[in-house]
Amino acid sequence: MESYLSILVGLYFAGSVYLLLSQSLVRILIGIALLGNGVNLLIFTSGRITRGVPPIIEKGAKVAEASIANPLPQALILTAIVISFALFAFVLVLSYRAYQEIGTDDTAKMRIAEPVEPSHLPKGY
Amino acid sequence: MNTLILRTIVPLLTGLMVIYSIVVLLAGHNDPGGGFIGGLIAASAFALYGIACGVAPVRRALYFHPVSIAAFGMLLSALSGVISLYKGVPFLTGLWWFPEIAKGVEVPLSTPLMFDIGVWLVVVGSLVTIALALEEKE
Amino acid sequence: MIGYLVLTPFLAALLAPVLVFLLGHRASWILALVPGYLLYRFFDFVPAVAKGETVLQSHEWLSGFGINYSFMIDGLSLTFAFLILGIGFFIVIYAGGYLKGHQHLGRFLAVLLAFMGSMLGLVVSDNLITLFVFWELTSITSFLLIGFDNEREASRRAALQALIITGLGGLVMLAGFTLIGLVGGTFELSELLSKGDVIKEHGLYSLMFWLVMAGAFTKSAQVPFHSWLPNAMEAPTPVSAYLHSATMVKAGVFLLMRTYPMLGETELWETVLPLFGGATLLVGTVLAVRDKDMKLMLAYTTVASLGLLVLMLGVGGERAIEGAVLYLIAHSFFKGALFMVVGTVDHEAGTRQIDKLSGLRSAMPITALAAALAALSMCGLPPFIGFLAKESIYNSLTHGGLHEWTIAIVAIVGNALMFGVAASIAIRPFMGKWVDPPKAVHEGPVMLFLGPLVLSITGLVTALFALQFMQMNFFSPMVSAVAGKEITLDLHLWHGINPALILSVVTVGLGIGVFVFTNELKKIFDKVLNFINWGPDKGFDQAICFLTWFAGHFTRILQTGEIRTYMRITFLITALTLLIPMYKLNIWPNMPSFPKLSLWEIGVFVILVIGILQVVFARTRLTAIISLGIQGFSVALIFMLFGAPDLSFTQFMVETLSVVIIALVLTRLQLMKQDRRSVPSLIFDGLVAISVGVGMGALLMNITQMPLDLRLSEFFSTYSAAIAHGRNIVNVILVDFRAIDTLGEITVVLITGVSALALIRVKAIPEKKTKTTKGSPALKETS
Repeated sequence: MESYLSILVGLYFAGSVYLLLSQSLVRILIGIALLGNGVNLLIFTSGRITRGVPPIIEKGAKVAEASIANPLPQALILTAIVISFALFAFVLVLSYRAYQEIGTDDTAKMRIAEPVEPSHLPKGY
Repeated sequence: MNTLILRTIVPLLTGLMVIYSIVVLLAGHNDPGGGFIGGLIAASAFALYGIACGVAPVRRALYFHPVSIAAFGMLLSALSGVISLYKGVPFLTGLWWFPEIAKGVEVPLSTPLMFDIGVWLVVVGSLVTIALALEEKE
Repeated sequence: MIGYLVLTPFLAALLAPVLVFLLGHRASWILALVPGYLLYRFFDFVPAVAKGETVLQSHEWLSGFGINYSFMIDGLSLTFAFLILGIGFFIVIYAGGYLKGHQHLGRFLAVLLAFMGSMLGLVVSDNLITLFVFWELTSITSFLLIGFDNEREASRRAALQALIITGLGGLVMLAGFTLIGLVGGTFELSELLSKGDVIKEHGLYSLMFWLVMAGAFTKSAQVPFHSWLPNAMEAPTPVSAYLHSATMVKAGVFLLMRTYPMLGETELWETVLPLFGGATLLVGTVLAVRDKDMKLMLAYTTVASLGLLVLMLGVGGERAIEGAVLYLIAHSFFKGALFMVVGTVDHEAGTRQIDKLSGLRSAMPITALAAALAALSMCGLPPFIGFLAKESIYNSLTHGGLHEWTIAIVAIVGNALMFGVAASIAIRPFMGKWVDPPKAVHEGPVMLFLGPLVLSITGLVTALFALQFMQMNFFSPMVSAVAGKEITLDLHLWHGINPALILSVVTVGLGIGVFVFTNELKKIFDKVLNFINWGPDKGFDQAICFLTWFAGHFTRILQTGEIRTYMRITFLITALTLLIPMYKLNIWPNMPSFPKLSLWEIGVFVILVIGILQVVFARTRLTAIISLGIQGFSVALIFMLFGAPDLSFTQFMVETLSVVIIALVLTRLQLMKQDRRSVPSLIFDGLVAISVGVGMGALLMNITQMPLDLRLSEFFSTYSAAIAHGRNIVNVILVDFRAIDTLGEITVVLITGVSALALIRVKAIPEKKTKTTKGSPALKETS
């Protein structure tokens, strides 16, 4: 089972990296969203896959059945989903505002902090 | 999205979703659910309400500013940890009480519950803040 | 107790601005009590030191590293302490007169006192690291004092140059100290000095030697590091007199003397030191003769004198040390006095150009007297201490072979040139016909002539009346301390006619010649130097310019300002770190097994793959949004299929919200139809992306083929219901077992919310346009 998901994770990474290397801001944003899902699947798979049984203890029982899914990666991913979403929302707002201010979504032209013209270097003291 | 059907149905839908999110929040300790999921459901509800009816009604409905809600949630979660300090156990240790409100009916109260409600509030507050901020910029 | 004495000037430095605020320039009379009091306290050590004892005191600091706040007082440090405090006493008074009415006098005196404390700490330190700390403190205070007039560029440049040269030298020296400490097994000088053989015979001796020399030579302005010292003359004259002639520049010589028993008398030492010292002596005197600015002339002779001191220490042996010690003391007296004289003339007459001053003796009789006495000592004429010093130097050089005689000739030439400079400074401004200077000139106030007069008279009295006393209490203990063995001097003004006396006479004769033919010499030196037209000073500027140029361009290479370049580098390296170890160690995952999938599993996977490909190659924003949603919901289905209902719900909600806010943003942000990529970058990006994908996939396969440690998961499964009263293990982990992590995570969520809000709001304030449209968007929409 893990083998399928491993391939899927590889596909996720390849796709998101390709988008992140783009010069267009929107594609970078989509890449970030994709990367979040890829990483979550990576954690999920590395905790091993079980079909079907959720990590919930039967009513009345004290200890879980042996065959339940691994709860630890799930706890990690649950917060990761929410955080990556919050981050994604923040980056969206940031790009939107940058687009509004600079008037372009071409990252090669977004150079206010690091202008193309070398800034005047001090010539000594 | 200024359609009559949406504007009529969405307030109702929002109310249902918020109630459902609270159910999910409270059920979370024993069944699938919890503060994160509940918070996301409620946040979607308000975002939907904002899209259908505009931002102002949402702000009125929320009464408090969403950032204040998030901050209050943060405070609640942190305080739930401080309570355990007074009991002389480490920060954020779970404490439970089972008061009997009627004969044979116990209501489990606990600091993890309080913590989870804090999580719920933070998620709702923060995400609604972002969603409303974006919806407002038309 | 010594530790507290060393701290006193620092405390006084804190008080200085307050006192100046209350009393004006008269505060310096009170502040001068600090060195005065310390001088009195240090007299307590004289009897013990005269008997050849060494006083040691230690306070623990970082004793685990062998670093202690520890002090040693022997003949060497005591004499230095007396010079620092004695001259410091007069300098503080002089500074009050010199900078009378200056708005930053308080700051000036504060730094001056801090310097005094640092210098005192330097000479009495027993621990190499403590010594280093004080050493750098003197560099820093010197920086502040040279740059005192911080509104002039020349001043700032000089300050920075001094700091860079002496500071760098100090750091190199620290490396040497560390090495010595490791080899010697201790940082305490008092113990190291007796382990000289261990260090000299160690394989790393030459490295230690050069590292320590770097510190000594930069601080004591040896060629080619001398250029900072004349430039430091930008500082007010009290600083030049105190730091840059009498005390701080001698720190390098002090270090050579201190480490003499440890590092000295080796072949390396006796080759390197005379070379540097001799070159410095000649370069210094030539530049001094050439200059017209009296302060610069003195500065260059200081360089020369430091060269002479290094030269003598390089010769080695008791007699040479004796010469160096006497010359060091004599130099502090006469050079300090002459600097103050020049400062007074500059202050009262308005210029210090030697060719614009003449006949000042009638207007400034006391200053003229002080100048004459100091210059006589500098010329090495009897009965001044300068004469004693020069006799000792020549005496040590006339007892050897060719090597010593070569050095003797260098010393004679240098001394003769210095004689000429000293005579010029004492005679030209004061004797001859009256020439009107730029300012109406009159004798300076007592604050200005007290110092030079006392110092120059000391030079006379020491040699004439107090020789026995000084010899017993100061000279002999100091020479003993440097040589590392008991030595008793027997100095007299008159030794009868001996080779040394003859050399002295030759020097005087040559010196008179230099004085008479100064102008001719100047022309010759000018021609030669103009021909060379390059010096370490220019070299320093070039080095700094190169450094800024290099830093600028290097930064430009590393930081192109294009996010794409950063991303490419990041992911290329990610791919390489994933793939290279697998390739090198040959740990590719085994061929995995592909179990049979159920129908809906196949369905989900296919949809997911299609979704991803759609997202990557989307050409319109609608496709992008929809396919992003598709892949997200497919992930939610995967979670559902493999036993993670919580994740599934969360993922569903997140995807819904994502689609909503992406749609909100993308209605305003265009997605370019064409991804701006040229064919080569398309291939490159594609290769990088595929490598990362293959790398991550292979890594994950590798991980899943290795055994998994399930102890933590089992712990949670076992205790979730039992002690945390919850059956949903995931939720219990989140809100109970690992609640503090969750607390951190909701903090992140809160912060993103607040910052997103701030980002949206930040523009609304300055621009009026948005304010008017912002009015009530909600109402507009609903209407």
